Amino acid sequence: MAQPGETQATDIAFPAGSARRMLASALSWFYLAAVYAFIFLPVAVLVLFSFQDGRLPVPPFNGFSLQWYESVFADRKLMAALANSLMVAVASSFVSCLLGFLAAYALARYRLPASALQRGLLIAPMTVSYLIIALGLLAVLNALQVPLSLWTVGIGHVVINLPLCFAIIYASMGDHHVNIERAARDLGASDVKVMALVTAPMLMPSIMAAFFLSITFSWDEFIIAFLLSRFDVTLPVEIWSMLRSGLNPKTNAIGSLVFLASVVVLVVLELALFGRSRKP
Amino acid sequence: MTASVSIRNLTKTFATFKALDDVWLDIAAGEFIVLLGPSGCGKTTLLSILGGFLTPTGGTVTIGDRDMAGVPPALRPTTTMFQDYALFPHMRLIDNVGFGLRMRGMDRASRDAKAAGFLDLVGLKLSARKKPHELSGGQRQRVALARALAVDPDVLLLDEPLGALDLKLRRQMQDELKALQKRVGTTFVHVTHDQEEAMAIADRIVVMNHGRVEDFGPPSDIYMRPKSIFAAGFMGEVNFLSGRVSRVECDAAEVETQIGPIVLPIANFTIARPQAGEHVTLCIRPEHFRTVDRSVAGLSEAVVSDVSFFGTHHRCHLAPVASPERKLVAHMPQSARIARCDRIALAFDPAGVTALPEVPET
Amino acid sequence: MTTATLEDRERRRAWGFVAPALIWTFAFFVVPFLYMAAMSLWSRQGREIVRVWNLDNYARFFTESALLKSLTNSLEITLTVTVLSVLLAYPLAWIIAERVPKRWQRMALILAILPFWTSYVVRSYSWLLVLSKGGVINQALLGIGLISEPLEIASNRTATVIGFVHFFVMLLTLTIYSNLIQLSPNYRRAAADLGANGFQTFWHVVLPLTLPGIMTGAFLTFVLCIGDYITPQILGGNNELVLPQIIMLQIGRRADFPMAAALSIILMLAVTAAYLLCARWLKIERA
Repeated sequence: MAQPGETQATDIAFPAGSARRMLASALSWFYLAAVYAFIFLPVAVLVLFSFQDGRLPVPPFNGFSLQWYESVFADRKLMAALANSLMVAVASSFVSCLLGFLAAYALARYRLPASALQRGLLIAPMTVSYLIIALGLLAVLNALQVPLSLWTVGIGHVVINLPLCFAIIYASMGDHHVNIERAARDLGASDVKVMALVTAPMLMPSIMAAFFLSITFSWDEFIIAFLLSRFDVTLPVEIWSMLRSGLNPKTNAIGSLVFLASVVVLVVLELALFGRSRKP
Repeated sequence: MTASVSIRNLTKTFATFKALDDVWLDIAAGEFIVLLGPSGCGKTTLLSILGGFLTPTGGTVTIGDRDMAGVPPALRPTTTMFQDYALFPHMRLIDNVGFGLRMRGMDRASRDAKAAGFLDLVGLKLSARKKPHELSGGQRQRVALARALAVDPDVLLLDEPLGALDLKLRRQMQDELKALQKRVGTTFVHVTHDQEEAMAIADRIVVMNHGRVEDFGPPSDIYMRPKSIFAAGFMGEVNFLSGRVSRVECDAAEVETQIGPIVLPIANFTIARPQAGEHVTLCIRPEHFRTVDRSVAGLSEAVVSDVSFFGTHHRCHLAPVASPERKLVAHMPQSARIARCDRIALAFDPAGVTALPEVPET
Repeated sequence: MTTATLEDRERRRAWGFVAPALIWTFAFFVVPFLYMAAMSLWSRQGREIVRVWNLDNYARFFTESALLKSLTNSLEITLTVTVLSVLLAYPLAWIIAERVPKRWQRMALILAILPFWTSYVVRSYSWLLVLSKGGVINQALLGIGLISEPLEIASNRTATVIGFVHFFVMLLTLTIYSNLIQLSPNYRRAAADLGANGFQTFWHVVLPLTLPGIMTGAFLTFVLCIGDYITPQILGGNNELVLPQIIMLQIGRRADFPMAAALSIILMLAVTAAYLLCARWLKIERA
């Protein structure tokens, strides 16, 4: 029952002397500010010196210039890596979501033998370091003499994102959906139609959440992309090779752009996806 | 331990919403009081103010002659039993019950002994080492009760403690709760929206609506002699009949209604002595209708438009011949032979009818 | 049609749904993992892998001090990072959940984890800008005259720890915050009602109830931190290598796959040990 009183939890009349309370409050805000400063310091420095008019992204700040952004956009290899990253992220996330959804549907709606074991197996890659997953795949690919490419990177990214997608979608398949599916079946829909026309749309918020989360994971993933690619590389790998040249405002510029893009995606997601699902 | 509670002129506003509006109550030590009302009526707000979780906007609360203004929950002679019980899931029952004693600095051996005593009181002595999640709903409710009582409060505040239980268990718990209250003697203030529960356990009921006290008294008074239309309607099914006082004598008054004149004892006018010409609303409970052989002088006859058998009674929908659109619900005795479309004489026990100042009919 | 065949058909269809995911995981995760485990028992001669079963790689790990040291380095750094991150993140999450007005909380949280969304590689690099000899901190301290020589704060363990803590404070703030706001406010009211003061309520009720969240976050921190190559490689310098760096050295310069496999298995065992230590708290019964 929604009593007006229940929303007012902070109204508790505590006896603490107001001086002590104010001190505690001031300390809280100071702590908050300090940790925020720590969290934002490197990002602020990164963005600021991406506009550096000079060759070194460290103080003093010589003046405002967009030259490093120009050189980022003029860098063919960097732009190719960006495209590769997008391609691998979208494709591997799509496959992860599809396989994850199908598996979640089967395990949540049908009685299959050893389903706990199957769930465990599907989740297992989450508990293993990416480095180990990459090494194992690399060893097998080498043994089978499969050449490394964006395809192999994509395979690796599905391995790490499939457990994530499966877990998110499986968790959202509540029992309260069962009767809606039964009703659809009762009205003559086949199993596959029920899945495509009823279950998938009902679960769309969590499927989309899983999809975008995997995109960000794949987009930012380094070690698998590094070990399993050869000539065509993804953006983190390309940035990595740029780091060899040491401190360079161009790295700042590409880093700031990635940050900006992520923030835009985040804001769009917040407004489009979570904003909607929060209102019942 | 036990204490009286007195509430004077209490108001609480949330932004623009008036949750409590000038509430006055006097609760005697050792009473079992039930705050009854629909959701949003302010009963939980009142309980939270008594417990010290909310600060009133105006007015005073005195518990055992001590003004409670500015006294935090921990220092009040009250404990609260929460709606979701708020049992600490990581603690065994004995530690849950002993928590308040521990906070008072009691050593482990004595608090375990005392907690075990309280678990015994609620019949859960053997489960002392279990954790809350191993218990059924009714058992959790008992542990929450034991935990709240273990610190010897003067006043125990219960926030819809039986709301989560199924009907059968709820009735059983009501009996247990009442018996326990009589044993420990603590003042209980219990919030519910279930009027049957209120009648089953309360010494006195406070009926609340829109932040005001509508009625306050023993269950039988509130049921039989409600002091407001809302209280009459909330306590059970009732027929409202508007009328005009046509004649007042020393111990009775006649009310002119759509179904004919009705003579009522003066005592049945609960708010004020009737004045001739005054408009009133009569509250007639369905069970107060009677079957009679002959028409009562002046009263209309009625046609039975629907009837169903409920075991203890026949529930009839009646359309009075004098005013067919004025539908009435009547409970006729088990033994009565009544069928649809029967024409029967209307009659009821005047003692069961209450007259209140008129409010527009709905 | 009998019920048996209907059930058979349903089950066959269900297998059809779950099979692609199972096959993928099996082919690209289980098989490679087993292959690697097997390989850790082989050895390298020149550029060839010799498939003779032996424990030489493991024996070498425990006798060669550089290898063993990388494990202790990893463990020390990871534990420091985990403890520091929890200690920093808990108060932050608590302040956001308790002190920040309800309608600003989501904003405060999003802000607190915003730098999470920069590229992981770039995030470590950006700490280099802050910590290096010519970096912001040194320039600032030199500028106000607190120091006369630039401090050596980059390219060592401190820098690695700072870089890691920065990342994991954000992660842990998120997990601990969501744990804190899930607690029914009635737990705290009940504790206060029974006579607990603010500290007692926190110590006896709030902390134990958020412990599962803390442990989940701490375990996640441990796993991600001990397996990470980028942060120590960028910020850590060359003096104290951690296990993932040594592993990368094996497959890079030395082309010693069997040794890399053995080291990976050891990394895996460290994670498993951490899991077993945390397992008690990773699930808790809820009333």
